[in-house]
Amino acid sequence: MFGQYLPQKPRRVLILGSGALKIGEAGEFDYSGSQAIKAIREEGIATVLVNPNIATIQTSEDMADKVYLLPVDPHFVEQVIIREEVDAITISFGGQTALNCGVALDESGVLKKYGVRVLGTPVETVRDTEDRLRFKQRLDEIGVKTARSAACNSREEVRAAVKMLGLPVILRAAYSLGGKGSAICETDEQLEAALFRAFGGGTAQVLVEESLRGWKEIEYEVVRDARDNCITVCNMENLDPLGIHTGESIVVAPSQTLNDAEYQMLRSIAIRTIRHLGVVGECNIQYALDPKSNDYRVIEVNARLSRSSALASKATGYPLAYVAAKIALGYTLPDLPNTITRRTSAFFEPALDYIVCKFPRWDLQKFSQVDTRIGSEMKSVGEVMAVGRTLAEVLQKALRMLEIGVDGLDPDAFVGDDLRDEIRNPSPRRILAVARALETGMSVAEINSLSGIDPWFLHQIDSVVRTRRQLKDGTGAVVPALLREAKQQGFSDKAIARLRKSTEPEVRSERLRHGIKPHLCQIDTLAAEYPAETNYLYLTYHATVDDVAPSWRKKVLVLGSGAYRIGSSVEFDWCSVNTVRAVQELGYETILLNYNPETVSTDYDVCDKLVFDEISLETVLDLYEREQPYGVIVSMGGQVSNNLALKLHKAGVRVLGTNPENVDRAEDREKFGDLLDQLKIDQPNWATTTDVSDENLRRLTEELGGFPLLVRPSYVLSGAAMTVAHEQHHLRNYLHRAAAVSPEHPVVITKFETHAKEIEIDAVADRGEVILSAISEHVENAGVHSGDATLVLPPQKLYVETIRRIKRIARDVAKALQITGPFNMQFLAKDNVVKVIECNLRASRSFPFVSKVTGTNFIREAARRMLGVATPVSVEALDLDYVAVKAAQFSFSRLAGADPTLGVEMASTGEVGCLGDDLSEALLKALIATGFKVPKRGVLLSLGPVADKYRFEREARWLLEMGLTLYATPGTADVLKEQGIPCEVAYKESNEKEPSAVSLLNSGHIDLVINIPRSYDSQGMPDGYRIRRRAVDMNVSLLTNLQLARAAVEAMHKYRVEDLKPLDWASYLARNVKKN
Amino acid sequence: MHFMKLVLEDGTELRGRSFGAPREVAGEVVFTTGMSGYVETLTDPSFRGQILVTTYPLQGNYGVPARRPKDSIAAPFESGRVQVQGMICLRHSEHPSHHGMASTLGEWLREENVPAIDGIDTRTLTRKLREHGTMKGWLLHEDAAVAEGKQRADTIDMPSVVAQVTVPEAITYPGGELRVLIVDTGCKDNIVRAILKRGATVIRVPSHADLAQYLPDVDGVLLSNGPGDPKDLLPLAAQIRGLFDRGIPTFGVCLGNQLLALAAGGDTYKLRYGHRSQNQPVQDLLTRRCYVTSQNHGYAVREDSLPADWEPWFVNVNDGTNEGIRARGRAMSSVQFHPEATPGPEDTAFLFDDFLRLCGSMKRGR
Repeated sequence: MFGQYLPQKPRRVLILGSGALKIGEAGEFDYSGSQAIKAIREEGIATVLVNPNIATIQTSEDMADKVYLLPVDPHFVEQVIIREEVDAITISFGGQTALNCGVALDESGVLKKYGVRVLGTPVETVRDTEDRLRFKQRLDEIGVKTARSAACNSREEVRAAVKMLGLPVILRAAYSLGGKGSAICETDEQLEAALFRAFGGGTAQVLVEESLRGWKEIEYEVVRDARDNCITVCNMENLDPLGIHTGESIVVAPSQTLNDAEYQMLRSIAIRTIRHLGVVGECNIQYALDPKSNDYRVIEVNARLSRSSALASKATGYPLAYVAAKIALGYTLPDLPNTITRRTSAFFEPALDYIVCKFPRWDLQKFSQVDTRIGSEMKSVGEVMAVGRTLAEVLQKALRMLEIGVDGLDPDAFVGDDLRDEIRNPSPRRILAVARALETGMSVAEINSLSGIDPWFLHQIDSVVRTRRQLKDGTGAVVPALLREAKQQGFSDKAIARLRKSTEPEVRSERLRHGIKPHLCQIDTLAAEYPAETNYLYLTYHATVDDVAPSWRKKVLVLGSGAYRIGSSVEFDWCSVNTVRAVQELGYETILLNYNPETVSTDYDVCDKLVFDEISLETVLDLYEREQPYGVIVSMGGQVSNNLALKLHKAGVRVLGTNPENVDRAEDREKFGDLLDQLKIDQPNWATTTDVSDENLRRLTEELGGFPLLVRPSYVLSGAAMTVAHEQHHLRNYLHRAAAVSPEHPVVITKFETHAKEIEIDAVADRGEVILSAISEHVENAGVHSGDATLVLPPQKLYVETIRRIKRIARDVAKALQITGPFNMQFLAKDNVVKVIECNLRASRSFPFVSKVTGTNFIREAARRMLGVATPVSVEALDLDYVAVKAAQFSFSRLAGADPTLGVEMASTGEVGCLGDDLSEALLKALIATGFKVPKRGVLLSLGPVADKYRFEREARWLLEMGLTLYATPGTADVLKEQGIPCEVAYKESNEKEPSAVSLLNSGHIDLVINIPRSYDSQGMPDGYRIRRRAVDMNVSLLTNLQLARAAVEAMHKYRVEDLKPLDWASYLARNVKKN
Repeated sequence: MHFMKLVLEDGTELRGRSFGAPREVAGEVVFTTGMSGYVETLTDPSFRGQILVTTYPLQGNYGVPARRPKDSIAAPFESGRVQVQGMICLRHSEHPSHHGMASTLGEWLREENVPAIDGIDTRTLTRKLREHGTMKGWLLHEDAAVAEGKQRADTIDMPSVVAQVTVPEAITYPGGELRVLIVDTGCKDNIVRAILKRGATVIRVPSHADLAQYLPDVDGVLLSNGPGDPKDLLPLAAQIRGLFDRGIPTFGVCLGNQLLALAAGGDTYKLRYGHRSQNQPVQDLLTRRCYVTSQNHGYAVREDSLPADWEPWFVNVNDGTNEGIRARGRAMSSVQFHPEATPGPEDTAFLFDDFLRLCGSMKRGR
């Protein structure tokens, strides 16, 4: 039955990736793209990938045959089509970015011109689903209901449509992702504000739709092959009803509150619709379902792999992207095997005997001035998935997985004064407010009417609140029945300990004494109906036995990255996957623990055993005791897993690599400072304190050498709660905030160095000896978080002496801490003086970048060394025949109100890495890959600090040479005119004069804004903020850092877009081989 | 809180919280993997005599709608009562939510005098049933002595089970010009509704009825689903055999498929643990098209036992078992799955259209 395909198999297939991670387009597309590449390669077909996201698995050496680290845009993709002579393209595995690019290539005739066939769903179908009007018409043809709506091409048309439909309405932009530019409007004022933003994004069409707020939101994942076999793999129900974007919603699978008639009605409509539209492959259909009748509306169809499909794959074990790729090549569903059971076919619908819960992760607190309410636009940066057998269990697990400092559905974790307002107008913490409301006696009916959350969900939450009360009703040991019930409801040992005024180890030994422990269950797609060989597992206290016994092999447990968040993203997934591969290569069985559904590491064929569960002390100990691995690797998943190092060590777990006591010596500021002093290594002046009295602060400031000062608590990730204080009262205010973040740790205050270069080293050591290292420099001066900075490898502007010193320091520190494994250090350099600012004894964000740029896999080597395998290896990281640039991707346009500036708090959501002959070429490619558009009309200059105004003279002249009109805010214009550079004045809002910068932006005269804020603290500078924010809302390119702006202008002056070489990654690497 | 225990043939004892009637029962323990549709499932007469284990852990989430009047055949109920001997699940909802609900699952089961327990690891229980094959089981009070409990427990006499679920006498449901005779061996009401919805009249007759007496007056015969071993119904199979040369379109569902095979001279056998789920893939051997189907059967047709003038029509994509047969040169066919769904996917509902079209065209041809 298996193995039949259509005769016209393509020869070379081009796969489009999704580029940098951004809000609405995250790691899920690394997963789907990687699966597609695997599925296509298996057929003996050559694969060519375009994706500038250098931190992904799909851009690794063992994936596609050719990898182009280039922007996914029509210009570059056309170049690749010509160079590679591809005869087919897939556009459905790289999110909206790939889909839009593919549609553009089709419309411009490029695909036809070069004879490139689109595999899978036809472009015509994509257009039917993306153009709201066509979509509605197509569904009308078969009598399927869509929301009453009107597609409008101007603001006037929108206003007319609203008259017809009546408020409230939803505005949506066509061809957008993650609900960008969409808003619910209940008043005329809200409508006008939303109109502005909707048309501002360069959108030509806006859809006005009846508001279905409060209806249930239900999704189905549908697969159809070219022979019209069609199945729904999974359905999902949003706990948060319509009005909150599905990416912002808590989602469960399967649906919980639908009866069979409703379930089957929506399923049948899904199949009818998808057949009518002619999707070939995978798609997602979203519904609104009236909670008071069985009336429904189809909201949308995504004719591509999506975040939901990645979630559905992980929720069911059905490899949607893999199957979709095979279907695109001509296979039919019955031809393909079920890869979980290996004895049944891919034509089936998974039966779940568990429930999963997806919970989004937001990082809104990292942005100043951002609107913290959630709604129809996506703002979350990652998600977690919890697996269990009851809603209470998965909700509590998920809340802990978020790592937001709550240990479950804790009513006390909600701090706020207006419960009802929070429940009606939600922020990311609504679910905690619901728990609090139930605790304080608010009725389910009232919470339901405020929130629209179905009473079934609320009652389940209430059961947790009630159990919690029972637990709290006493101290010390809990009766076994209650303890078991609590564990089945998903309470952690720590939470129980807190409620009983006991300790986590006490609760643990108590429950083990009663034999209360979780068991490993298989996710087998068929609810145990058929035997499955699957290694895809979760832990639950509802099971009475383990589905699988531990093997006798020697094994290693690898901890993954957890939820993607600002500061910890796909790069740690790359590190985890490469660790697993390296460990497997050495003959060990690998067990991977992770809970992020957007990752490749949670693809069950990556490791020998995948446990989809919490990365916590409790869970790791449960697994460790059961599986008895040789050791645990904690240093590859970023900060979440590395934070467990010392705790695990103290609990008697063998932590592989650097001794956790030494990890602690590097992470604890006090201990690390002492170490550097011992080693006679320079560091910026610093002090710790718990005394925040004015007197003490004044004394400290003096000792440290005055302002500005960097303030932060110990144990930080990506600058959380970190800030720069410029004055005494700032310092005092911040300290009160920072101290609240982590009371058990003292606050560290460091002299903030300005005008210094920032340099990083990524390295691997073995028992204190550095084996591999790569030094990168930042384009931006110190003060921009290293995750937001633009990295250059090899460094272009460093003194040889500086490099020598950095290497020596790294060597000394590695030796002192007896490092085995990966580590990363950050330095400041000013006039050949090098100071250490940070040291992390774990893989860092830049490991995939340095590995891929140098062609040496640092992670593989680190993993081998951690297991005691030493084979000679070397890396050339200074004398490369090309330059690589890693640039940050920001998602400010998604975060209404957020001030788009850079500072010590990390703000970027993703990154790209591009290669070029020199810094300018690589930088320009990288900037374009993050959405930067080379200006064609006018550039607005608003250079805050006086010195900066003068430092930009050469670049201003270059912009003129490029034929661009210069606009400048009054102060900057004065300096430019003084230098004899012609420019037009663009007034600030506070000048109350026209033309203002904002109106010039509105009228489209400006297509690049260079705005350098006066200091890293942008608050209280409304003029600059308004210009920056308007630029972002109008989708106009924005540069806010002087060094980066200068480098970017130089690059644009040197290279036109057409001059940028479309060379693949391996061709760059080959230059080094030839040279050596 | 009241506790009961499930005792299996192999000696296994599992303790659970009782949420149904406090009555001790015996029955064959079977599992279903469907994720929705407990109201339809529990009232499906094919489950008569069986203790049902649900692999989906959460049951009763949307409650149970208002009970229908005595002679009604309204959805979502598939018969006039809860048919299972007992129900086993991990968790039931005491606080369900749905606009159409009138009571909780537990209230309904108590009202129907059907026992049920939750707190059972149904995945592990299912694995046991899968490995061991279906087993006999007893739902007993927690403290009951097993030997006496087994004696006490209410049992259904399986060889005569169909007599308990068939209609006592013929019922006519007017629906249109075409007239379809449904031989009720435990017919799900949705089969009746499916025919009525398509504009035909249904004459629903007991399994022991003399079919020949109705034939002159009907345009097609539908052999329904039902519980038990088809070989307990050999007299009915013989009656069906009598239809073969009457030139009347005949369509069978589930037990109807097995009876038609027996009538044709074929054989049936008991599956190790049956198919009870809503995600069973079947392939139409003529068109190669595949469909997802709802199934509930413990017996199957032995494909290689079919005489030469019959052929397999559908096959199960997962395990290769027979899912339907058709006669060569006669308007007779049947399927092992449930095209009427409820619960489950509606993908094969077109089979009723095909059947009625056939009835119509043959009527005109006469």
